[in-house]
Amino acid sequence: MGEDALYTIDNVVPPNPIENLLRMDRIPHIWCPGCGIGTTVNCFVRALQTSGLDLDKVAIVSGIGCTGRVAGYIKLDSFHTTHGRAIPFATGLKLANPELKVIVYSGDGDLTAIGGNHFIHAARRNVDMTVILINNMTYGMTGGQVAPTTPISATASTTPYGNFEQTFNLPFLAESCGAVYVARWTAFHVRHATKSIKEALTKKGFSFVEILAACPTLYSRRNKLGDGLDQMIYFRDHSEIKHGADTKTVALDFQGKITVGKFVDIERPSYQQLMYDHLKKKLGDQYIPSPEMKNVYGKNGN
Amino acid sequence: MFMARTEIKIGGFGGQGVILGGYIIGRAASIYDNKFATMIQAFGPEARGSSASAELIISDETITYPYITAPNLMVLMSQEAYTKFASELIAGGTLITEEELVTSSNLRKDVQHFSIPATRFAEELGKKMVLNIVMMGFTSAISNVVHEQAMIEAVKVSVPKGTEDLNLKAFQKGYEYGQKILKGKN
Amino acid sequence: MHDDSGVLTGAHFIDGDHACSEGAIAAGCRFVAGYPITPSTEIVERIAERFPFVGGVFIQMEDEIASSIAIQGAVWAGKKAMTVTSGPGFSLMMEHIGYAAMTETPCVFVDVQRAGPSTGLPTMPAQGDMMQARWGSHGDYGIIALCPNSPQECFDLTIRAFNLAEQFRVPVLLMMDECVGHMIERVIIPPAHEIQVFKRRYYHGPKNELLLFQPDKDLVPPMVKAGEGYQIHVTGLTHDENGYPNMTVGAQAKLVTRLVNKIRMNADTIIDYREDGVEGADIVVVTYGITSRTAIPAIEQARKEGMRIGHLRLVTAWPFPEKRIRELASKVKAFVVPELNLGQMVYEVERLASGKSKVELVPHAGGTVHNPKEIYAAIKHLVKG
Repeated sequence: MGEDALYTIDNVVPPNPIENLLRMDRIPHIWCPGCGIGTTVNCFVRALQTSGLDLDKVAIVSGIGCTGRVAGYIKLDSFHTTHGRAIPFATGLKLANPELKVIVYSGDGDLTAIGGNHFIHAARRNVDMTVILINNMTYGMTGGQVAPTTPISATASTTPYGNFEQTFNLPFLAESCGAVYVARWTAFHVRHATKSIKEALTKKGFSFVEILAACPTLYSRRNKLGDGLDQMIYFRDHSEIKHGADTKTVALDFQGKITVGKFVDIERPSYQQLMYDHLKKKLGDQYIPSPEMKNVYGKNGN
Repeated sequence: MFMARTEIKIGGFGGQGVILGGYIIGRAASIYDNKFATMIQAFGPEARGSSASAELIISDETITYPYITAPNLMVLMSQEAYTKFASELIAGGTLITEEELVTSSNLRKDVQHFSIPATRFAEELGKKMVLNIVMMGFTSAISNVVHEQAMIEAVKVSVPKGTEDLNLKAFQKGYEYGQKILKGKN
Repeated sequence: MHDDSGVLTGAHFIDGDHACSEGAIAAGCRFVAGYPITPSTEIVERIAERFPFVGGVFIQMEDEIASSIAIQGAVWAGKKAMTVTSGPGFSLMMEHIGYAAMTETPCVFVDVQRAGPSTGLPTMPAQGDMMQARWGSHGDYGIIALCPNSPQECFDLTIRAFNLAEQFRVPVLLMMDECVGHMIERVIIPPAHEIQVFKRRYYHGPKNELLLFQPDKDLVPPMVKAGEGYQIHVTGLTHDENGYPNMTVGAQAKLVTRLVNKIRMNADTIIDYREDGVEGADIVVVTYGITSRTAIPAIEQARKEGMRIGHLRLVTAWPFPEKRIRELASKVKAFVVPELNLGQMVYEVERLASGKSKVELVPHAGGTVHNPKEIYAAIKHLVKG
């Protein structure tokens, strides 16, 4: 080997360990410097890599927005749907083929404002899916408007004098609607977040992981909170890990304390399991489930 | 300007089986009697509460315009239905009423009127619920709009399972009463 | 009882809504998502009752927006899927008709039309959604819309709707109306082997050669479903053949032109209309849906009086039979267009007649069907004029 070869890029920079699950032909991505979404994608892919799931049977669904672009960068069957409607699309995907593991990856505005109705009903039904919600407390793609997750007093382009709307406490919302797994982390907590996503992926039913991520361009800057690194420091210094915390107590306020951890981890039959068991009980042998349903839900001896 | 056809209005109150009655005539005509039948139910607020009605067209030819415009046969099982609909019957039309539920006061002179105590007959058979089938048997005999056998077939497949015999008896009761009345009139 | 394929072969006396449900089952539909709305509800009620016996999954979603995208998820998982609604719900579904068009997701939307706008007359018929069906979602795209005029056709055309959706990978809209939906008539359901069902075309080639949106000669790309290891990407953004977002003027022109052209260029095989006495007619009555029946007594009366009246009935409203109307425009004196709205499809006729023949609308705001006398009067007026 000649001396030059030793110094080629290939030798100096080790391959990105999550490359096998990224659509490298679409990189560079669109996210701003300091944005936390990319960090969460790293956590997600590492969780997937060690999940033991058959990746050919994993599908990812996003809505619209900065986080909505995640589906486009992940090398799985991936669906970039309409604004707010990732969850109902995912519901159809999962119900039609329960052999798929279905993940919804989207933002706070997409999933809890325009898509809020679908969020609560999917949780209520306990549709078997993992929802990863990246909460950057604003609408990034459209220029930093107020969101249901914007803390009170924070400034957004549509609340130029500060926000006065009550902020959604998402873990509480998810739990009260019936989610079987609820966790919250920040983009600082990469190992915890990775572990939580992995756990969520193995749950049967509606599992929910909220990850706070900085939007330096449109949230931090407008609120004079510094850059991405400053937000990371805030996440580090103000987070308190409280597993099993009562979700009523984990509401967020402007630059205040952030309660993180795994709050809910319970068992409850999923929507399709209930459907299968119920129809089998009511109709007996006359019930003809789809082949995929029989395959997945007919194994419990019911 | 419209083709000759039988246009039927059936009216009564909820729970009498008005819609099923109309459905049986239509099914008999279109499935078992090789005719065309179009039935339209009254929907919406008017279908809630106490009143129920159905419209039915029976024809030897394809039915184009689907609503009744000149009903020549009416089967009315409540006073309210009588008050509401009887005036729409065309001159020379046939009016069939439930004898004990409809007081046919101010009866028009230009229609043929037949009545049957269907509710009492149904009670005698053991179930008041079958009064609609008694009415249909009677209607079948009086109007002959659909052949008797076709009506019987339609009754068999349209009533709840396990009640076929009772309903066929009810049909027969109404049919025979109709024939008796017709004989008496001739 | 239905046979193994779920087809309820036999002669039935059922309403248009139920016939539509049976048509969907016979066409192979095995996923339905819907939200209750008069006068379409009987369709999903029957589906909910029948699906457990035929391997189907029905879900009543939280609204029509959810229903209209859940079916598309199901399609990408490999099912044939349908949603069902009426005016207000149809309005809510518009964005997802665009998504289905853009992502070439074959699916069926049933709209049992009632009188609008807004809540309007929930239990009474109209044909007020015809232009919305064509243009309701933003941007340029093509769709197919069919108009049944009887319960039998609700069965037949639901099957055709699924077949066309699969063949051209477009949303197909079954434009029923309250009258047809709630009308009970004889419906003959043939044996399963006599029903033609279009089988979805799938790509089976190697993964590294897949271009998800690379069309065949008919401008339609074959499908790939999730879970097969192809790692497909589907987006509502303007995309290239790979399915990747490509937000350039060139990619937009290429994609959107194809989406429109795949309907335009295949229009002859899609378009279906029925003619009666059109050759040599002075006046042609152009109808669709229930109006094609209410116009007949008027046409017959006029003919009896010696007027030469043709009847052209659109079975497919979209794509519109442009060629035929253009042809007729130079032969006939006038077109009469009765509609249960205050003028929608008549604009198409006017555009194609382009001054060569008169076009007269017989409007009706909905709530019932036309009195044939109104249509007769319009014919008579034109003959005299």
